[in-house]
Amino acid sequence: MKKAPDGIYIEDSGSGRRLKSFAYNARIAPYVFVAPFIIVFLIFYVYPIISGFVMSFQNVVPGQTKFVGWKNYKILTNREFKKAIRNSVVYTIATLATLLPIPMFLAVLLNSKKMVAKGFFRSIFFLPALVSVVVGGFTFRLIFGELPTSLLNSVTAKFGAEPIKWLGGPKQWTTYLALLVLAIWRWLGVNIIYYLSGLQNIPDELYESADIDGATGWQKFTRITMPLLKPTTIYVLTISIYGGLAMFLESYMLFNGNNSPNNSGLTIVGFLYKVGWQQNKYGYASAVGVCLLLVTLIINLIQLKATGFFEKE
Amino acid sequence: MKKTLALALVLCIVLAFAAPAFADAEPTEIEYWTFQALHVDFYKTMAEKWNELNPDRPITIKETVLDYEDMHSKLGIALQSGEGAPDLVDIEINKFANFLQGDIQLLPLNEELAPELDNIVKARVEIYSKDDNYYGICFHIGAAVIFYNAKMCEEAGIDYQNIKTWDDYYEAGKKFKEAFPDKYWASVETGDVWHVWPLIVQAGGDFTTADGEPNLDSPEVAKALEYNRKMLDEGIACVAPGGGHHQEEFYGYMNDGNICSIVMPMWYLDRFTNYMPDLKGQMAVWTLPVWDENSPKSVGQGGTGTAVTNQADDPQLTKDFLVYAKTSRDGAIVAWNDLGFDPIRVEALDLPEVKDAENVFTEYYVTRPIDVLMMVKDDIAGHNNNSVMPATLDTAKANVFTRAYTEENVNIPEMLAEEQANILY
Repeated sequence: MKKAPDGIYIEDSGSGRRLKSFAYNARIAPYVFVAPFIIVFLIFYVYPIISGFVMSFQNVVPGQTKFVGWKNYKILTNREFKKAIRNSVVYTIATLATLLPIPMFLAVLLNSKKMVAKGFFRSIFFLPALVSVVVGGFTFRLIFGELPTSLLNSVTAKFGAEPIKWLGGPKQWTTYLALLVLAIWRWLGVNIIYYLSGLQNIPDELYESADIDGATGWQKFTRITMPLLKPTTIYVLTISIYGGLAMFLESYMLFNGNNSPNNSGLTIVGFLYKVGWQQNKYGYASAVGVCLLLVTLIINLIQLKATGFFEKE
Repeated sequence: MKKTLALALVLCIVLAFAAPAFADAEPTEIEYWTFQALHVDFYKTMAEKWNELNPDRPITIKETVLDYEDMHSKLGIALQSGEGAPDLVDIEINKFANFLQGDIQLLPLNEELAPELDNIVKARVEIYSKDDNYYGICFHIGAAVIFYNAKMCEEAGIDYQNIKTWDDYYEAGKKFKEAFPDKYWASVETGDVWHVWPLIVQAGGDFTTADGEPNLDSPEVAKALEYNRKMLDEGIACVAPGGGHHQEEFYGYMNDGNICSIVMPMWYLDRFTNYMPDLKGQMAVWTLPVWDENSPKSVGQGGTGTAVTNQADDPQLTKDFLVYAKTSRDGAIVAWNDLGFDPIRVEALDLPEVKDAENVFTEYYVTRPIDVLMMVKDDIAGHNNNSVMPATLDTAKANVFTRAYTEENVNIPEMLAEEQANILY
């Protein structure tokens, strides 16, 4: 037995020595540490992306798959696909417009020294994130039910309103509203947590000196808090764009399936699921996937460039 | 003392190992996937009967019940990747065509079915066939019928047994509306096909053509949709709450007595008994109205083909069991009495165990379902089943019905042509 430099006893056999020289090799060690991530990334991200790209040029049938050129990309002119894109884009914009400012504002309130029962409110806001989308979506489906006796319609009836077919009704905005309410309910708490952790990094001295200079609360918020929360905002913005464009399960649960009336709740991923799993056309579905990947990638790159993410600090 | 004890112990061990040799053969586990929990009991009952008849080839059923879409997509992945598929699986008819593409991963049942082929309604295996190979066997004929609320009919002065044509049905609806202005005579689905499919087939059409093309823009489809639209516009019919006859909202609304009649296949019998208990003693099953004397009296609709996958551990045993469960006399009796399914075995309707059986359905309904079946059994039309059906029906469920029934000033034939052009295939 020999004592290793850091105090661990290592078997001094031939293999032990080789292991030791390997473990203490400063050149190899970093690769060993990142290997788990790299392997997972290659197997579960890179391989499916490449394979999906190849499949988007194929007619995929068990045992008789063959290349069909650009045929699958005729989905680009399909009316349902266009509707799915419109729905996903509107949903993404609506969630960005609400799920960035509201959580930021609430996080500042929750972080304020004057706030009472902080822990209680933090838990309350975060609670929905722990509920599965399936359970949440199903509950919201019943809340937004079309019968006069459903929760929302019975509430609006108190104010003299007629019952509305909220989900997939004649007016498209009611469907968007239901999807947005579900998204806010579910993601508000998560975004508040991001902003709260961002707020912890802002030194108190800045606010103190601002106080000495006689700054108002609003000035402190716009001049100190908001600029210093920028990294957090960029992060939340990035995942929200991706999350919005990739939304599927919420719509699937609200409509109890993927065939919403007039496709009012159909999203890009919903369309992918529909042609792929429901109609067994994996080639078309892969083409949808490739389009979604490109669109998301381009939007995210533009947004990261615009927010100065790639510039050196 | 020690010796005796040791001897006894050794004896015990020897006996313990020897015991299984004297017992029956070890049962083979058949892994079974379904999306309909009610089917599990059927197969478990049939497995018990099978074990009594075949003590040398006993089986047990290991079931997995999954959500409808989920099960079919998991099955697709398992079959494509060649791993993880069950031995025996329920595939719903709307999805079956998806599994008949390329190198088929299901096992043909021709040999096992051959002796029974003349004893069953052939159409119910032909819908699951390709190139003369049968890959699945149906649970039932799925004859479309109409369910009337007999109590409301009586109060409105309507004799539902005298409604012979769809025109009669419409006139009865007007009469009903006078008696019950805030209730509905009929209900249509925006998210499902059962309410209108029989009307289309009775008119001589279908959603797809026999040679596998979408057929939404045909005059027969337009005729059926326009008929329903007229009833909606006059307030005689309503759109089913939730969009279909399988939605919780609909069950509640129907159960409260807001709708008088619905067109559904025979297998809907158990939805009433399970989900709409308050209508017990009020509902009647009756034959469908027809367009004219050329219309078939009923249409076989929907269905679930149980199939054996090429990953089955013991393919022969699984196939033999499946054919026994679905086509035997025993199977027919269990299907009728436990599930309310109109059996695919031809002689079933004459069996005393079926004909005279008192079960939950004869208790619930004011007419005997079997009598209704007897009236139509020789005139049940089928519908086409092909690889464009999943995509065509998806378009119908998402767009066509919603537009036909709710869009203002819709021109139904034009709308149908527009939607037809939209189907990816």
